[in-house]
Amino acid sequence: MPSSTDPFLLLHSIGKTFASGVTALENVNLKVNEGDFMSLLGPSGCGKSTALRIIAGLSNPTSGLVEWRGAPLRQNDIGFVFQEPTLLPWASVYDNVWLPLRLRGVSRKDAAPQIAEVLERVHLTGFEEAVPRELSGGMKMRVSIARGLVTQPRILLMDEPFAALDEITRFKLNNDLLELWAERGFTVIFVTHSVFESVFLSNRITVMAARPGRVFDEVAVDAPYPRNQSFRTSPEYAALCRKTSDALVDAINATAQDLEETVHGDH
Amino acid sequence: MATTDQPGRAAPALVIDPEEARRERRRKRERIGSWLLPLTIMGLAIVLWDRICVWNEIPQYILPRPGVVLATVIKDASLLFSSLMVTLKITVLSLALAIAGGVGLAVLFTQSRFIEMSLFPFAIVLQVTPIVAIFPLINIYVDDQTTKLLLCAWIVAFFPILSNTTLGLNSVDRNLIDYFRLNGASRWQTLWHLRLPAAMPYFLGGLKIAGGLALIGAVVAEFVAGTAGQSSGLASRIIEAGYRLNAPRLFAALILISLTGILIFLALSWISHLVLHRWHESALKQEH
Ligand SMILES: Nc1ncnc2c1ncn2[C@@H]1O[C@H](COP(=O)(O)OP(=O)(O)OP(=O)(O)O)[C@@H](O)[C@H]1O
Ligand SMILES: [Mg+2]
Repeated sequence: MPSSTDPFLLLHSIGKTFASGVTALENVNLKVNEGDFMSLLGPSGCGKSTALRIIAGLSNPTSGLVEWRGAPLRQNDIGFVFQEPTLLPWASVYDNVWLPLRLRGVSRKDAAPQIAEVLERVHLTGFEEAVPRELSGGMKMRVSIARGLVTQPRILLMDEPFAALDEITRFKLNNDLLELWAERGFTVIFVTHSVFESVFLSNRITVMAARPGRVFDEVAVDAPYPRNQSFRTSPEYAALCRKTSDALVDAINATAQDLEETVHGDH
Repeated sequence: MATTDQPGRAAPALVIDPEEARRERRRKRERIGSWLLPLTIMGLAIVLWDRICVWNEIPQYILPRPGVVLATVIKDASLLFSSLMVTLKITVLSLALAIAGGVGLAVLFTQSRFIEMSLFPFAIVLQVTPIVAIFPLINIYVDDQTTKLLLCAWIVAFFPILSNTTLGLNSVDRNLIDYFRLNGASRWQTLWHLRLPAAMPYFLGGLKIAGGLALIGAVVAEFVAGTAGQSSGLASRIIEAGYRLNAPRLFAALILISLTGILIFLALSWISHLVLHRWHESALKQEH
């Protein structure tokens, strides 16, 4: 259930400069509590994916430290969902969800109960034998989420998972994700471009600015859970969206000003 | 849509709009045409061949009539087919070796860039040097006839498998590689569960080319190696028939080689279809 105040993950002045000379992140400090649903919101190129990859351990920071608090982190504890479904195109839905367990040495049979459960949670029971190309975009994304959840991670990192989907499917998956989160109580870091999505889902929004990528602002979304369709139309939601949107516009302007200084207002 | 409530109404027949129906008809025509057309043209060509022989009164030892060629295939069946078996054996064996060598090397290459950098040039040298030019060397170093032919056919056939499989093993979605890394997959697991299946379409494409090349390699090698008694393949039969001005047998052997090539191609295409039809773009039927 929604967050405690025990920090779970701390980023200490993380910086990342690529070999190309691009500084993707500069002095990023971040605190994520156990059970948080935190969104990273920011313009394109502000280093959201880079930050997520550093948290996942897929990339090393140039400076700074990633600190995990609480019980020591195991291989299983991080789940990752990409923007694209990133499934094995030759494998069935069942085998795709089995993959992370298989890599840990769990046999196809032993994995069956977990796979069945998680497929039911994402409403894909009955599609076990389908291969990805036989599924719609939304269904593929569900498989990807099921695959991310089957190892029962303590933290789920999601990099714009629904960006390529239509709005109806996206709303539906937003609801499903919140349900899963409430039920399983894992922590989520959710990267998105969408103000509306971030407000609907999260209890905290970290707004980032670009060039260099940095934390610009933080918005607390203290509307209660469970959130549903009536929340989407509530004045409270509208107000929160406006507040977040303002913060985002400020972040974008901050970037634009930096640019003007260096490029003499070319853009 | 308004539903008419007829009691005991049968299940509605599949309703297809005219556009879909037209498309379906076209698809059917194309399906039939894809084998009927080539067969008809082939038939016409054979008839034309026959007529040309008759009209111009061409002697049999220059251009035999198709009927005569067919009769020769039947008459000399035991001789021709035992030769075909020899050629086929070389082809299949060298193809198997080419698969083992090509895939093995490709896997080795993906394990280390340095190995790839060091060895790939040799593979290219082998590929670009005409086999006919290398053969005299092989002739000096290798005694056994079968080994000679195998080696030749292998050199010709293995390169497309190597280069295609290497390309395939390296054409894996970056995110999937990251995903495997995130899950602590070993090098071996990544190879087995990710890189090899992802390389499959590329490998099968290379295999189709290699199948034809292995046959060509086997025949060309025998041409350069010359006949070797009773274990001679179809190329020897052709040379022999050429010396004796036995045009019908020459044609018969030639046709057997072509048919073998076609069969190899069809068999490999079929395998490719079996493996890929459910997931790969290249093997999907259009369903729009
Ligand atoms: N592997 C890389 N090598 C060099 N530069 C990179 C690399 N990955 C990202 N960058 C640069 O780092 C910056 C941040 O990229 P990142 O992908 O983290 O942005 P993002 O916020 O996720 O953007 P988007 O919302 O468009 O996905 C960009 O300027 C990008 O060009
Ligand atoms: Mg990104």
